[in-house]
Amino acid sequence: MLSWLWLVPALPFASALILMLFGSHMPRRAVAAVGVGSIGLSALVSALVAAGFFSAHPAGNSYTQVLWTWIDVAGFRPQVGLYLDALSLVMVLVVTFVGFLIHLYSAEFMIGDDGYSRFFAYMNLFVASMITLLLADNLLLLLLGWEGVGLCSYLLIGFWYRDPANGLAARKAFIVTRAGDTAFMVGLFLLFTRLGTLHIQDLMQRASGQLQAGSPYAVVAALLLLGGAVGKSAQLPLQVWLPDAMAGPTPTSALIHAATMVTAGVYLIARTHVLFSLATDAQLTVAIVGAVTLLLAGFSALTQHDIKRVLAYSTVSQIGYMFLALGVGAWQAAIFHFMTHAFFKALLFLGAGVIIQTLHEEHSIFRMGGLRKELPVTFWTFLIAGCSLAGLPFVTAGFFSKDLIIWQTSSSEGGHPALWLAATAGALMTSLYTFRLIFRVFFGPIGTPATRHAGYTMKIPLILLGFLSIVGGYVKEPLLGFLHSSLPAAVEARVGGLTETVSEAVAGLMFLVGLYFAWLFHLRKRSLADDLVANPVGRALHQWWFKDWGFDWLYDRVFVRPYLWVANINRSDFIDAFYTGISRLADVSYRWLRATESGRVRWYASAMAAGSVLFIAMVLFL
Amino acid sequence: MTQIPMRDGLILAGILFSLGLIGLLVRRNLIFILMSLEVMLNSAGLAFIVAGSRWRQADGQVMFLFILAIAAAEVAVGLALTLRIYLRFRSLDVDTLSGMRG
Repeated sequence: MLSWLWLVPALPFASALILMLFGSHMPRRAVAAVGVGSIGLSALVSALVAAGFFSAHPAGNSYTQVLWTWIDVAGFRPQVGLYLDALSLVMVLVVTFVGFLIHLYSAEFMIGDDGYSRFFAYMNLFVASMITLLLADNLLLLLLGWEGVGLCSYLLIGFWYRDPANGLAARKAFIVTRAGDTAFMVGLFLLFTRLGTLHIQDLMQRASGQLQAGSPYAVVAALLLLGGAVGKSAQLPLQVWLPDAMAGPTPTSALIHAATMVTAGVYLIARTHVLFSLATDAQLTVAIVGAVTLLLAGFSALTQHDIKRVLAYSTVSQIGYMFLALGVGAWQAAIFHFMTHAFFKALLFLGAGVIIQTLHEEHSIFRMGGLRKELPVTFWTFLIAGCSLAGLPFVTAGFFSKDLIIWQTSSSEGGHPALWLAATAGALMTSLYTFRLIFRVFFGPIGTPATRHAGYTMKIPLILLGFLSIVGGYVKEPLLGFLHSSLPAAVEARVGGLTETVSEAVAGLMFLVGLYFAWLFHLRKRSLADDLVANPVGRALHQWWFKDWGFDWLYDRVFVRPYLWVANINRSDFIDAFYTGISRLADVSYRWLRATESGRVRWYASAMAAGSVLFIAMVLFL
Repeated sequence: MTQIPMRDGLILAGILFSLGLIGLLVRRNLIFILMSLEVMLNSAGLAFIVAGSRWRQADGQVMFLFILAIAAAEVAVGLALTLRIYLRFRSLDVDTLSGMRG
């Protein structure tokens, strides 16, 4: 059954193609059947492939399926080949299953939209690109999936293209991630020129054979790859696009945040972990980027009004955890957190979608309230996902994965007490902003009355994801053991001082402290929160965090305006001057020579005669 | 029968050609321009005949036959056009017929 692997990306590709070509002539039922069914089948096939992988125990714990040779020029032979190992298998399973649930939900969520078939075409292409990215056996094919994901995010963020603001958000996402992609591509060139291949496994072998640990070449290459990863995964300093990406339909946000796109960077670093292990400086940078991002995004999440923006910042923060884990060498923990995050973040977004639709496009959490009774299914599932995100001890999946990361930031070889502190503070903030959201939306007096109620196709994904958000944590040991064949276990180095139990207890305490303060400020005495914002320092901080630490403002001043200024000065492009010169010359000579075109036949004849005499004379006498 | 030297023949052809060219350039009437052209063509033909007789080759006469055919074709088309031009503009002065200038 392993040989069915190619079907996993092919099915969504095929259905995307069908929907693009014939979607507008198909009834909505058929569109939904093709769009959702293809992802469902893809999930089924990936489950069968997984079963095959477990039963067959392929040699080297990996299975390669080469489909065809893509390019063959001067010894450069990248193939369209799929590489399945523990890492890509786990990622593909999560992407297809969570993707399927999101598609199922969208079938009902988007039913009233004009672009129904267009939406599913884009979504299918999105999943297909992501699977290509995950299964690619060389970095060039990975780049194809990488760019496909970027394209689909652009198309889906700007899905409601009639509003110029959405188009702007889509362009912002595309251009900002492009900045990272450029670094990524330069990294690929560098790796190819030095190591002579782009095949990932060969590359990693040659890297560990030919490069010395900490050599500047390895550091530069790893940093360039990191540049691509921070762009796609919305980490500092390229995190600005993700909150604006909320302009797209809610299922899109769920797909971008949970299954596709933002986890691509995490995957890239995990896939090339050998290179990062060689480049300790680059790996430390990954950890620092992750730690700083998770804190900054946590503060921003505390101040947002828009329910989707709160979730967006929480994603940035959680991806920051994954980067932190990658940076300290806790590769397995990062992938474990990716999996649990996919479950609860998809659920949170789908729940937010239900709320927004029920309240007629109301996004502000301050105009919501008391939805606990109105939307019981959404409430309970959202609560489960929220607890999982905040890390409710011993029950939820998020607790296990996040605590593993927090513990390993201190215990593993690359760990540092400062990183542990950042991760712990991040846990407090996560709990605080999550429960702020829950208390504002579901508790207290009714803000906006609910009118529409979700049907079963929307509730089933919620319930299933809620189930996964809890049981996802209990697969910790088998999952980590399984991943061991692709990713090394974190090296325990600093066991003294802090034990795992203490670390877990502190994290659990952080959860409770966050819960308490959220309860105090956002449910018990809401005037306290208002007082905090009313005070000048509080107001300034609130504004600063609300505007995402002024990154947009800064980038506007540093990049956008100078660029526009230069573009404005160079309105008549100076390189064009050469070409305009040529056309001017042609114009002048035309005016000049036009005089000879008098229409007088005798002049022409004499000119011909004179010319003939001249040329014959030249032939004879020169 | 004395042979006419080739130089004389070629000089005659050159004089005829020059006369034709001068006629072409100084005449304004279209009919005369066509006639001058005929003279020029025939002078070229004469040059071929002279050259053919000098080297005792039939090629010169063959070329003259070609020139005759071309001249006939040219006259047929040229006269037809001249007729049309006259019917249209009531004039055969080429200087007044300069409507196709650039």
